[in-house]
Amino acid sequence: MKRKMIKWIILIILILIVITNILIGIFVGWDTLAIPWNFISDQILGMKWLNSLIGKLITSISGEYIASTWQYKIQSAIQFFVYDFIKIGVLLCLLIFAISYIQSYFPPERTRKMLGKYHGIWANIIGALLGTVTPFCSCSSIPIFIGFTRAGLSSGVTFSFLISSPLVDLGSLMLLVGFFGWPIAIAYVFVGLVLAVVGGTLIEKTGLGRNVEEFVLNGKVVDIDSPALTQKDRLSYALNQVWQTYKKMFIYILIGVAIGCLIHNVIPADWIEALLGSNAWYGVLLATILGTPMYADIFGTLPIAEALYFKGAGLGTILSFMMSVTALSLPSLIMLRKVIKPKLLFAFILIVVVGIILIGYLFNFIGYLFI
Amino acid sequence: MEIKALGGCCKKTIANYEAIVQAAKELGIQEEVIHVTDMNEIMELGVMSTPGLVIDGKVMSVGRALTVARAKELISKAMNKCSCCCGKL
Repeated sequence: MKRKMIKWIILIILILIVITNILIGIFVGWDTLAIPWNFISDQILGMKWLNSLIGKLITSISGEYIASTWQYKIQSAIQFFVYDFIKIGVLLCLLIFAISYIQSYFPPERTRKMLGKYHGIWANIIGALLGTVTPFCSCSSIPIFIGFTRAGLSSGVTFSFLISSPLVDLGSLMLLVGFFGWPIAIAYVFVGLVLAVVGGTLIEKTGLGRNVEEFVLNGKVVDIDSPALTQKDRLSYALNQVWQTYKKMFIYILIGVAIGCLIHNVIPADWIEALLGSNAWYGVLLATILGTPMYADIFGTLPIAEALYFKGAGLGTILSFMMSVTALSLPSLIMLRKVIKPKLLFAFILIVVVGIILIGYLFNFIGYLFI
Repeated sequence: MEIKALGGCCKKTIANYEAIVQAAKELGIQEEVIHVTDMNEIMELGVMSTPGLVIDGKVMSVGRALTVARAKELISKAMNKCSCCCGKL
């Protein structure tokens, strides 16, 4: 009873936000509307104030220099490094906390039950959406795959879930807002979901989805009621997740920020523009092929993507780089090989890679709409 | 009472197992805690996200590594339920 009430209240609040936004947009003007949203993306999630604070701190210690002197370059490198490192750390902790709390309502056992109720394309869409809130790591992809398949969920739904899970989640949406602003963040999430739905549907409709290892199909299915959790359980789980993730990601963030820093300050913009700019036809291909075997979280990838983007790389190229790094990685593919036959594994890789490349070219083509 | 600690793939599941063993010891439980690492067996218990804790066939926790304190809480909860239904039988 109480739960239903809360659901409705959240829904009503969301609808109210949308309606007031549209009304303000129409009657006061879209520019006024952009002010609060830009404030959220620039100052709260993007922490631009921190950047200027660090900048002032550095110049007050070591003095001001004219741009293009080597002292200035070192200063701006330090500024980028400190700012990005703090920004990602703070965002990671806050976002992981909020997301883990939400995720504690969607354990895979419950997701499976919910998915069983839908059919056809709706099942794919719900699968892709649930993929964004169900906790997921490459370690858990196998049990989830077996569990879904044995429960009789179609291969399409399972693959929609498997594609969207690492690719898009609420955390990456908020992070992208902080780094690139609302339009690009929403576009990323949208095309990610489309890729998941289309990819899953293709795998099912072509019949490739049947190529799973025998033992996956033979086994009992047991539906359990997920153990009841108190608010205290959820909060302590969320806190624990923050600590675990930060510990695990620390080194990746450090490497990511260092590479980003290098790109931001050392590598000339012309090189990047020539290699990865939206006019270079091979940029997307290169980014996807480089990104696919890489194993990193979106947290490690973002500083690199950010630096590349502001140095003139095409939007589509950046998106395909981020997507290929997060969606596919060597460890997760090796894991998947245990449950699906090479033919299906190959088709899965092919569909995701081709999808990412197409998305890249699309965004390089229409990228000017977002700037 | 039969206590099973599920999962054997990563560090988290080992920590979970050790916490449960410690909790059982502190509660004075004689039986050994069963460490279930076989994926099939875990699936047949209905669990998809390890680490987990199953007591007498009932899933008590999934998807998180338990602390000793939390494991003790869950085990004693299961013990109480058992003692009241055992009394009736």
